[in-house]
Amino acid sequence: MTSQAKTARKRRRSLSSRLYTWLTSMNLAIALLSILAIASVIGTVLQQNQPVNDYLIEFGPFWFEVFNTMGLYDVYSMSWFVAILLFLLASTSACLIRNTPGFLRDIRSFRLNAQDKSLRAFAHSRQYQSDLPAATIVERTQGLFKQLGYKARVKEREGEILVAARKGGMNRIGYVLTHLGMVVILVGGLMDSKMYLKTLNTLGVVEVETRDLPVSQVPEESHLPPGALAGFRGSVNIPEGKWGDVAFIGLKDGYVVQNLPFKIDVEDFHIEHYDTGMPKSFNSQLKLTDKESGEVIEETIRVNHPLRYKGYNIFQSSFGDGGTELEFDAWQLFGKVGTKQELEGKVNQERTFDFSGEKHTLEFRDFTLFNVNPTEGPDGERENTNFGPSVTFRLRDAAGQAIEYENYFQPVDFDGTKYFLSGVTAEVGGQQQFLFIPADRNDSLETFMAFYATLKDRDEITRIAVDLVGQTSQGQQGGAAQSAAARSIADMVETFVEQGFSALAEQVDRQLAERDMPPEMADQAQESSFRVVQSVLMRAYMETLQDQGVEEFGDRDEDFFEKALDVVTVIPNYGSPIFVAPSSFNHIQSTGLEVTRAPGMFWVYLGSLMLTLGIFMLFYIHYRRLWVLIKPAGVNDDGDSAHHRVVVAGTDARKNIDFDQAFAQFSDELQRQTESNNQKNPPSHPDNPGRSE
Amino acid sequence: MSVPNEQMVNGYRPTSNLPSPRRVGLIDVLWAVAMLVIAGIGYTQYSESLDVYSTGTLFGAALGLGLLGWIWPATRWLVGVVAIISTYAIWQYNILGADGAVGRSALAEFQESTFLFKFLLSSQAATMWMVALFFIAIPTYFISTLARSEYGLKVGSALVWAASAMGFIGFFSRWREGYLINLDYGYIPVGNLYEVFIVFAVFTALLYLYYEKRYNNRSLGGFVMLIIGVALGFLLWYQFTRDAEVIEPLVPALNSWWMKIHVPANFVGYGTFAIAAMVGIAYLIKNKMGGDGPNDRLPSLATMDDIQYKAIALGFAFFTIATILGAMWAAEAWGGYWSWDPKETWALIVWLNYAAWLHMRLTKGWSGPVMAWWSIGGLFITTFAFLGVNMFLSGLHSYGEL
Ligand code: HEM
Repeated sequence: MTSQAKTARKRRRSLSSRLYTWLTSMNLAIALLSILAIASVIGTVLQQNQPVNDYLIEFGPFWFEVFNTMGLYDVYSMSWFVAILLFLLASTSACLIRNTPGFLRDIRSFRLNAQDKSLRAFAHSRQYQSDLPAATIVERTQGLFKQLGYKARVKEREGEILVAARKGGMNRIGYVLTHLGMVVILVGGLMDSKMYLKTLNTLGVVEVETRDLPVSQVPEESHLPPGALAGFRGSVNIPEGKWGDVAFIGLKDGYVVQNLPFKIDVEDFHIEHYDTGMPKSFNSQLKLTDKESGEVIEETIRVNHPLRYKGYNIFQSSFGDGGTELEFDAWQLFGKVGTKQELEGKVNQERTFDFSGEKHTLEFRDFTLFNVNPTEGPDGERENTNFGPSVTFRLRDAAGQAIEYENYFQPVDFDGTKYFLSGVTAEVGGQQQFLFIPADRNDSLETFMAFYATLKDRDEITRIAVDLVGQTSQGQQGGAAQSAAARSIADMVETFVEQGFSALAEQVDRQLAERDMPPEMADQAQESSFRVVQSVLMRAYMETLQDQGVEEFGDRDEDFFEKALDVVTVIPNYGSPIFVAPSSFNHIQSTGLEVTRAPGMFWVYLGSLMLTLGIFMLFYIHYRRLWVLIKPAGVNDDGDSAHHRVVVAGTDARKNIDFDQAFAQFSDELQRQTESNNQKNPPSHPDNPGRSE
Repeated sequence: MSVPNEQMVNGYRPTSNLPSPRRVGLIDVLWAVAMLVIAGIGYTQYSESLDVYSTGTLFGAALGLGLLGWIWPATRWLVGVVAIISTYAIWQYNILGADGAVGRSALAEFQESTFLFKFLLSSQAATMWMVALFFIAIPTYFISTLARSEYGLKVGSALVWAASAMGFIGFFSRWREGYLINLDYGYIPVGNLYEVFIVFAVFTALLYLYYEKRYNNRSLGGFVMLIIGVALGFLLWYQFTRDAEVIEPLVPALNSWWMKIHVPANFVGYGTFAIAAMVGIAYLIKNKMGGDGPNDRLPSLATMDDIQYKAIALGFAFFTIATILGAMWAAEAWGGYWSWDPKETWALIVWLNYAAWLHMRLTKGWSGPVMAWWSIGGLFITTFAFLGVNMFLSGLHSYGEL
């Protein structure tokens, strides 16, 4: 062939070999380990796979885009991240390929060609003189090696005898196992990763669906037939008594639908609670029906106890509400106050209603069976009290503004008095505040609502005011004056009911300010105005009670009056034209299942086993070599005759003080056994690393 | 060369002066047998309520303790003392809870009214003793090191042994107390941040004591106890500001056999990494002060370098196991052996960091100040993985949030 061809080939070879040396360089290895570590941090500080809007809100449009293009919302399945892993895989494999053959050859050889000079150049090396015959020295050396668990070989070469020994070759196997294990783990992990699915998506084989649709309406191109993916992790929520035969796999800002070769019926879902109301364990009674064979498997799964079938795993991962049916009374707080409407609803559904021409929507979001809260027991110890079931819903007005409420079914007892609770969360993530409506004698809202109705009824109030004035101003003249007084009283009451006490106080002050009078008189006037309002309210309350058919008036009712007035003054800020009083429910839960297929798992576990074994071998089996070279030394420098010069040298694959000690002990012992005396020590080579020769 | 035969025959009879590897003595055997017998008794008592895993753990622990007693005889004292005292405590608790759980207030009442429990045996009392003893050990070690008082250093070690014993006693009491409050609550107390801090303190202490024995040098005690002291300071803060010591039930995902071995395995790692870092500090100090000298207080630089390597190697090995166990647990609980959940990911980061450390030291032969600094840095990464993740990042590891 031509010389150009030769040089070209050489260049090519040298290029590939350069690549190879680069791949196997320790610098790259360490760089990769560090880079991988740093890259991993990103995904932990930035919550992954959240709804797109959350990110938009968090970072604003600009940074949102930047991060989005960098793929920081799903770092771990980003191509650049996977690339790092592949690099580590390549590098580790390359190291293996480079080192393994050498290592394996090395642990079989005894290095019988070691020369006097090189042995004396070892970091661990001694030499001394013995007057014993060579055979004896050899014999005792071998005995010593045996005792220390070394394998030894003897080689006689011209005029000198070399005894070479080694032990701990498993350390090298450890190296292979460790790194091979790592390779196997990475391969297994990549098998189960989203890499393949993403490729299918980029090739346009599957489309990502972003809309929230029922499965039946998800277009075909977002469906994956069974077995399309070797490995996947999907999830699905199935209500009690319903079934499903797909799993949703989150991808980009949407999902794809993985069709399953079987149908999952959720026959029953069950939660056990601690007395703290915390779920203790939850389990689903499942019926699997194989679509081909028709085979049926019935099994109950719970957290940490999945169901495995034909390489598919079904895990109990979460639970939610599957559309609990609710009945509730909608009490009007404005307009026809005190009237109620009996309505029905469902969790995860909404219902719209018109109120004084405005359209409102009730969005039922969740139902909670137990609301266990820690409370101080009589003895000061912590206790857990259950406030009973509650329903969470949002009320959205025509403008689209929503307030979230959490209303309880039963009245809750707080030191003696029972209240109907309604938690109000004005803005998302805001503080929840509670409305405490006192329950009446027969634990209902009737009395309060009736009372409130009376207070909101201008005519009623005026009527009451009128005959109140009638009573107080006996035998005085002038109906006009009376009715005027009554009207101003009614005004005051209205202010109080609509805007609360402070507003009332202001109004009174204003009126008094108009007709200027000395302060002490003003105070009296104010006082009396309040008293008048008070007594009107009281009368209204009494009448309500009579309507309710209550005869004698106890201090329990007195107390109710106080509590009721507190509520009355805050209702204007309650933010809802109606009060939803849930009355009954039919609890329907849904189970959150994780459906997975992980063919790589076996490899990951196998690799892990290799890795673990390998690491322990690497750390705790010491790969050591010792040499004893016996040379006949005729006449030494001092002129007296010596039989033999004994050169001892050793190495350990690890530089550590253990070997310093071991070597010292060995050579001392050998010196003793060979009755040798120290000779001039070899030149010490501190710079010479123990493992190189 | 020819050698007269008789010389071979009446040749040299080797009476080795080499340190012979530890033989298995009678006591070692007896001890191991005793452990197994005790495990056996326990098994016959409670076999019906033990599944395969628990049974395996029981006898595995017995064998482990038997082996440990051989490798490190001193541990037999620890095991013995803890066994006796804890058995007494649990026996008393059994009497109290003869017919099932008694509830918080009744338990509190019992502990208040029973002298031994109020001041020693209740998990709270025992833990407080542990904390106190560790705190005393810190100055004891430091002062004795400065004063070159071998006696003082021995006292230091004694304090650490005692502290560890109290830690275990508190651990076993707490384990039983959970069931006394409510049969549903009971679990092995390695389930939340408060509990694992105690595990950390005790494991680190024991690992240190091992190196103390192995290198026959106590002068690093102060440094190691310092990090334990810091951890316990946090523990106290956590207890007094957040009532962390209150026993609460576990979230379902944590209720797994894997957790029970995953957590301890992890803490061998955390403990050794902490030791490596503290030795690293000692190394740097000595290095600053002129390195090795004729009459040093601290071990030679080479020794401290070696301790760092051995500690990190041991930690790396166990941390690997712990991470793998974690993956297996995740596979059972969350349907995937790896979810890139913050806690998992940080475990990986820690692991990669020490993998890099080991490679540097081994294949590049790095040692000295650089590696010492790196050990210290490694502890910061580890601490974040251990604490920071629970504090700042959200994920599947919902337990032990601050
Ligand atoms: C995936 C990550 C890796 C892990 C977990 C790993 C693990 C280990 C461990 C535990 C040791 C033993 C250290 C000691 O005994 O102190 C080791 C040694 C070694 N590793 Fe890695 N390694 C990895 C990647 C690599 C890569 C990519 C290379 C190639 C450059 C490499 C080359 C070596 C070499 C040459 C040794 C020394 C073997 C000896 O002389 O005993 N490792 N590795």
